[in-house]
Amino acid sequence: MPIEVPALLEHMIQALRSKMLSFPTPPLMIGIHSGGVWVAEQLYPHLQLPDSLGKLNIAFYRDDFSQTGLHPSVGASDLPYDLNDRHIILVDDVLYTGRTIRAALNELFDYGRPASVTLVVLAERNGRELPIQADIAGIRLQLDSHQYLQLNIAAFTLSIQNR
Amino acid sequence: MNTIQFDPNGRLKHFISIEGLKREFLLKILKVAQSFISPSDNKIRKVPLLRGKTVINLFFEPSTRTRTTFEIAAKRLSADVINFNITASSSSKGESLTDMLHNLEAMHCDMFVVRHASSGAAHFIAEHVSQHTHIVNAGDGCHEHPTQAMLDVLTIQQHKGDFAPLRVAIVGDILHSRVARSLIHALSTLGVMEIRAVGPKTLLPQHLEKLGAHPYHNLRQGIRDVDVIVMLRLQRERMNSALLPSEHEYFQQYGMTQSLLEEAHPDAIIMHPGPINRGVEMTSSVADCPRSVILQQVSNGIAVRMAVMAITMGVPLSPPEA
Repeated sequence: MPIEVPALLEHMIQALRSKMLSFPTPPLMIGIHSGGVWVAEQLYPHLQLPDSLGKLNIAFYRDDFSQTGLHPSVGASDLPYDLNDRHIILVDDVLYTGRTIRAALNELFDYGRPASVTLVVLAERNGRELPIQADIAGIRLQLDSHQYLQLNIAAFTLSIQNR
Repeated sequence: MNTIQFDPNGRLKHFISIEGLKREFLLKILKVAQSFISPSDNKIRKVPLLRGKTVINLFFEPSTRTRTTFEIAAKRLSADVINFNITASSSSKGESLTDMLHNLEAMHCDMFVVRHASSGAAHFIAEHVSQHTHIVNAGDGCHEHPTQAMLDVLTIQQHKGDFAPLRVAIVGDILHSRVARSLIHALSTLGVMEIRAVGPKTLLPQHLEKLGAHPYHNLRQGIRDVDVIVMLRLQRERMNSALLPSEHEYFQQYGMTQSLLEEAHPDAIIMHPGPINRGVEMTSSVADCPRSVILQQVSNGIAVRMAVMAITMGVPLSPPEA
């Protein structure tokens, strides 16, 4: 039974609006390529942010280069602003091991020293390998290790698949 | 065709020559190189891809630009870099090249960037190193200088987009130019409309047509309506006989001036692999004019060399889809 994404997004927008009240300056929203960019594009129009949406491609920052080589979806990150002292809303689709977020944080800090980073994900699941947590999650799930989450952009659904 | 460049799975292991590389490989290198360049500020940021790897710059021939950009490229990839000046080292103490290579390998080096005055040197070294060591050719004699050709085509792609409708003139000492040889292979593989080789008869190799280039002996005719002009340096150090009367006479015949530039397409760009001999290959006003992209070529050299190092060391290039 697929999970309906619009309901999750609605919940995330509500949570983000109240979170944003705590920022003294308007935050920057940055999506992680490629699923996170899609999620961020769904959230962005509802939040009246002054800056354009940033896109982070972490292919060059992954920790599995020596096992798998260069990730096929390399591309440049598009962060056309100064990150120093800005509050960042970092968006990804699924938080699982935490390694993607580790790589994204490393890349972000190569661009500057943000005032804070808030992690927003569509779905958070168990299986963390690093001390990383989501501040806002559309849904939190307990899955078996052979299961994974598949985002279907066309149908706006999230489904649990077996490997 | 240089099959030593590939491992048994068809992955690019060494980068020795453009000749023998398919269009898909060249486009992949360009794509990876471009992705190192930030679209918002054109800077190249440091990435942790090659952390823990060691790159040795093995330069048997003097070079500033190429060695420095290879060094910056390796450092931007977080590799450790050692520059090895061979003339001041063990070959002057009588050690053979292969012995020296094996000694350097024993220091757990992952890549050699090789420049040598003899054609085929990088290929020879690739044959004699162990399985896990990668070789990048930074210029071998009059044979090839593949990373220079890739940074040239990256610069062309950034300005012109599509390769298919382009006319490119390569002007000067093509006979001694490994840059020209690599560039002609790259341009014909990428499918440009026309490649012209412009220069005096003594400095054009025979059988240019077999490489896909059309010879011209008159500069004015050679650059008429072209989109890209690549000026080459006169390689006096490789000229063993009297091929040219004088530099002054060469400039009269083949030096690029502002008025000659009018012959080319109005949007034509001027390139030069450096170092420029001002007043020999081109006037200072041409070298510094807005259509000159010579310094952009140098910056692109970093991104291209990063791409080549990351691709060869990172087992990434799957064989192109049939």
